[in-house]
Amino acid sequence: MRKYWWKILCVILLAYTVISGLMIPVPRLPILHESIRNLFFHVPMWFTMMILFVFGFCYGIKYLIKGDLKDDIYSVQFIIVGLIFGSLGMITGMEWAKYTWGQAWSNDPKQLGAALSMLVYFAYFALRGAIPDEEKKAKIAAVYSIFAFALMIPFIWILPSLTDSLHPGSGGNTGFNTYDLDNELRKVFYPAVIGWFLLGLWITSLFIRMKLLNQRDLLKEIKAAQSKKQLVED
Amino acid sequence: MNDKQTKPVRWLRTIVLMPILLLVSKFSFAVDVSPVKMDDALWSNGKIYVVILVVFTIFLGIIFTLIHLERKVKKLEKQIL
Repeated sequence: MRKYWWKILCVILLAYTVISGLMIPVPRLPILHESIRNLFFHVPMWFTMMILFVFGFCYGIKYLIKGDLKDDIYSVQFIIVGLIFGSLGMITGMEWAKYTWGQAWSNDPKQLGAALSMLVYFAYFALRGAIPDEEKKAKIAAVYSIFAFALMIPFIWILPSLTDSLHPGSGGNTGFNTYDLDNELRKVFYPAVIGWFLLGLWITSLFIRMKLLNQRDLLKEIKAAQSKKQLVED
Repeated sequence: MNDKQTKPVRWLRTIVLMPILLLVSKFSFAVDVSPVKMDDALWSNGKIYVVILVVFTIFLGIIFTLIHLERKVKKLEKQIL
């Protein structure tokens, strides 16, 4: 978390994304016109959210196996930052849709699926807030995060591609491969996804470190109580 | 009705209709094949570079904020942990 090579890489990739993303010539597509450039900004928000949720899911499981509250902190922070990126993805998507699809919200299956998935994750925090005991909270939240992650996959990936949708890759539309991802766009799109994800990772690492600093007294107490319990049991 | 028509009539119909239909298809467009008119205004007067500069400046601002936070956290960690 404290290493900085990947943070420098993040800055380089994002600088490249921002500059090239606005400068490279883009395919002249009907309706979309220059807004196809949003591909480098709106889409990576969602990829970042999903990968951060994968980390949240993994740390949740790690907590269930080991019982170390640090893993619970990691899991929560990944989900928080994931939701931030998801919200940005949602807002930018609605902004893009307003000017290309005609309305900010058109009950598009992917829009709905993403919104549902995010609601499920918001409920994760309601659940956490309802349980006072730290360890119980962490356990129940970790189990819930497994379900939340399992729901995200059909909501965002499977259901929208089965029905009619304006999103590329769903309904009758050709997917990203043939539709608008010519080689010029790919050259900026792939670095963009990596760059935005590294930014999400960076922000999460800062949140985790700040939370660990905040909670160090509580963590020490709980560790002491746990080791006392071990002594009594032995 | 087609069965009742004699063979020559059916042939004649085909020979007359085909070129007419072909001609008509030349004038109908399902998709507009002319080049897509995009708004190239900012490109043509060079002002696009201002947009790039602005966005890049905002991006740098965000990065510097993150670096500042990073340094603050590092200092606190040295003190406390």
